Amino acid sequence: MVYIDVIEKLTILTAAAKYDVACTSSGAERRGQKGGIGNASAAGICHSFAADGRCITLLKVLMSNSCVFDCSYCVNRRSNDTKRATFEPRELADLTIQFYRRNYIEGLFLSSGVIRNPDYTCEQMIKILEILRYEYRFGGYIHAKAIPGADELLIRRMGLLADRMSVNIELPSQKSLQLLAPDKNKDNILKPMGLIRQSITESRTELVRYKSAPQFAPAGQSTQIIIGATPETDYQILNLAAALYKKYELKRVFYSAYMPVVEGKNLPSLTTKPPLLREHRLYQADWLLRFYKFDASELLDEKNPNFNPFVDPKCSWALAHLDSFPVDVNTAPYETLLRVPGIGVKSAQRIIKARRAGPLNFDGLKKLGVVMKRAQYFILCSGRGMEGLKISHDSILRGLLSDRSMQLMEGSSGEQLSLFDDTTVTRGDIIKCLTGQI
Amino acid sequence: MSDGPDLIYRYDGSFKGLMCCVFESFYQRETPLRVISHAETQESLFEIREVVTDNTKASRVMRAVVEKISGEAMNLVYSAYLSDLKDKELHILRFLRLGFKYGASVMRMLTDDTVRILNKAVTHLSNEAALLRGFVRFSDFGGGLVATIEPKNNVLPVIKHHFLSRYPDGCFIIYDKTHKLVLLAQQGRSRIIQVDDFVPPQAGNDELRYRTMWKRFYDTIAVEGRENPKCRMTHMPKRYWAHLTEMQTPPDTRPITDAPARLTSNNTPASGLR
Repeated sequence: MVYIDVIEKLTILTAAAKYDVACTSSGAERRGQKGGIGNASAAGICHSFAADGRCITLLKVLMSNSCVFDCSYCVNRRSNDTKRATFEPRELADLTIQFYRRNYIEGLFLSSGVIRNPDYTCEQMIKILEILRYEYRFGGYIHAKAIPGADELLIRRMGLLADRMSVNIELPSQKSLQLLAPDKNKDNILKPMGLIRQSITESRTELVRYKSAPQFAPAGQSTQIIIGATPETDYQILNLAAALYKKYELKRVFYSAYMPVVEGKNLPSLTTKPPLLREHRLYQADWLLRFYKFDASELLDEKNPNFNPFVDPKCSWALAHLDSFPVDVNTAPYETLLRVPGIGVKSAQRIIKARRAGPLNFDGLKKLGVVMKRAQYFILCSGRGMEGLKISHDSILRGLLSDRSMQLMEGSSGEQLSLFDDTTVTRGDIIKCLTGQI
Repeated sequence: MSDGPDLIYRYDGSFKGLMCCVFESFYQRETPLRVISHAETQESLFEIREVVTDNTKASRVMRAVVEKISGEAMNLVYSAYLSDLKDKELHILRFLRLGFKYGASVMRMLTDDTVRILNKAVTHLSNEAALLRGFVRFSDFGGGLVATIEPKNNVLPVIKHHFLSRYPDGCFIIYDKTHKLVLLAQQGRSRIIQVDDFVPPQAGNDELRYRTMWKRFYDTIAVEGRENPKCRMTHMPKRYWAHLTEMQTPPDTRPITDAPARLTSNNTPASGLR
């Protein structure tokens, strides 16, 4: 391969792919096969962490950044004046294998701009995956993006080669799609998503019957929603995510704080800072849906449509439901323990295990990894509360605020304040809002 | 059970050797002040008893652990032996005393300090092994893969299964510089041997090119405007950087082309300094 050529392509096509935030190699478990290379481990493996602190697990590139579409938020839109490049199928397959051998990556995350038309693009992507799976007998992880508008048969072929498929929703409502991505609509995003879901279900049923039946996207499907390019509330976004988990059985919904990389009349200005804290809160809430058995309607409603910038969604919920506390750690069921601020999945499991060997006290809880600073207000040990604990709104608040939020309340520099959307709140406002007195 | 405050056990450093120390301790009804391996040289005022490794004794102890405590406990003990816990031998001995007293339920005694210390050490081992499954960086030397790691814990026995499955036909070497151990693997078979030193060969041109491309990918994939050095450091502690290809700055990995114009214009100050 011509080295300079490939490294330039790699640079262009990596830069064009990096705003897709999905970065997992989880959900597929597969041993390496004789005569081939590569395995997959269910938990996924991070191979490095980029300067932005995000995990690098797959070679995330576009096959091509040429695109016939003109979505105004996208760096690859047709009307954007930028360098274009396209990988030859063999070029990219070889690069993937060489990176994989050196343990740089778990596999390939392949997406692409639309060259000529969706079908042609999809066929080219399939070529890459076929070289990997059939020629190299590559057993590592492949995440492939379905190209909206491509033929059903092509999507099915792709799914049989990939571990995970994704279709990005990008904008959280039909109205926003119309405004910023006039070439896309809700239907041609949801249609492939539905097709993938259906194919996964079928493939699972077939596997029950024939052990050797080919698996369709065994690691499921995911999507991405851009946060902050359009005016949707957290409530709308979280409901959308919850519906996607239920209706389309998605494995993951990724949230991406909008980075203004292109100028457009309907877009936030280029000086807009990405709403990182908002993104963070949405991920926390997403975790509560997936691992903590919360329902979206418990976290937000039409009256309170956005997350509190100062405390996380779980603490917010606890503060609004003080009547459900305290709970006794020696008797409370797992689901109840999960709802206590300061107790996570791991410490809840440890509590269940450890209390079978004998009753737990506050000292013991600390040893199990419970964050007492938060949990102390919400728990009892065999009927008794923590000794000398003062329970007042102010003390609970101090316990629940992170150090950063605390600094913020005590009045700090403008730099940190800019992380938050509205900076005019006073300490009194925060306390009121936290204790539900608004 | 008498304590032996003036007695030190010395064993060959092997797991079986350690099991024989356990045997000795139970058989003699004594708890030594320390258990040290041959690798440790200690000037000592105390009596040192050499514990000879005996397969039969070791098997008897291991079978007893599985039968009287649990298989889970056996795994915990073996993992603790691989960990970098200071005086791990003594902690393991204490744990087994507790285990033979309480049986299988010792594994649930998570708030007991002996159990907690062992669990914590094993978590440290598992975490480091998990990180290294990702952070091992191989170089290709004529088809053979060679990597160097510098872990705190003895992770090779833990991570070898993963790499054997990853390269079922491959030939690879992982050198653990801390413990002076080399994992040799070929065609799905492997062994771990002790070495004095190991120097990997010089990288060829092809190898250097892939390193450069990987470094370029690494530098390009980060989203500017979201730099977060603290977060990166948390997930990828600095002590691993020495053996991570992408964290080296050789002169031949400077950008050859500019990133696409839209990514550098507007957003960043004209000086390019951040």
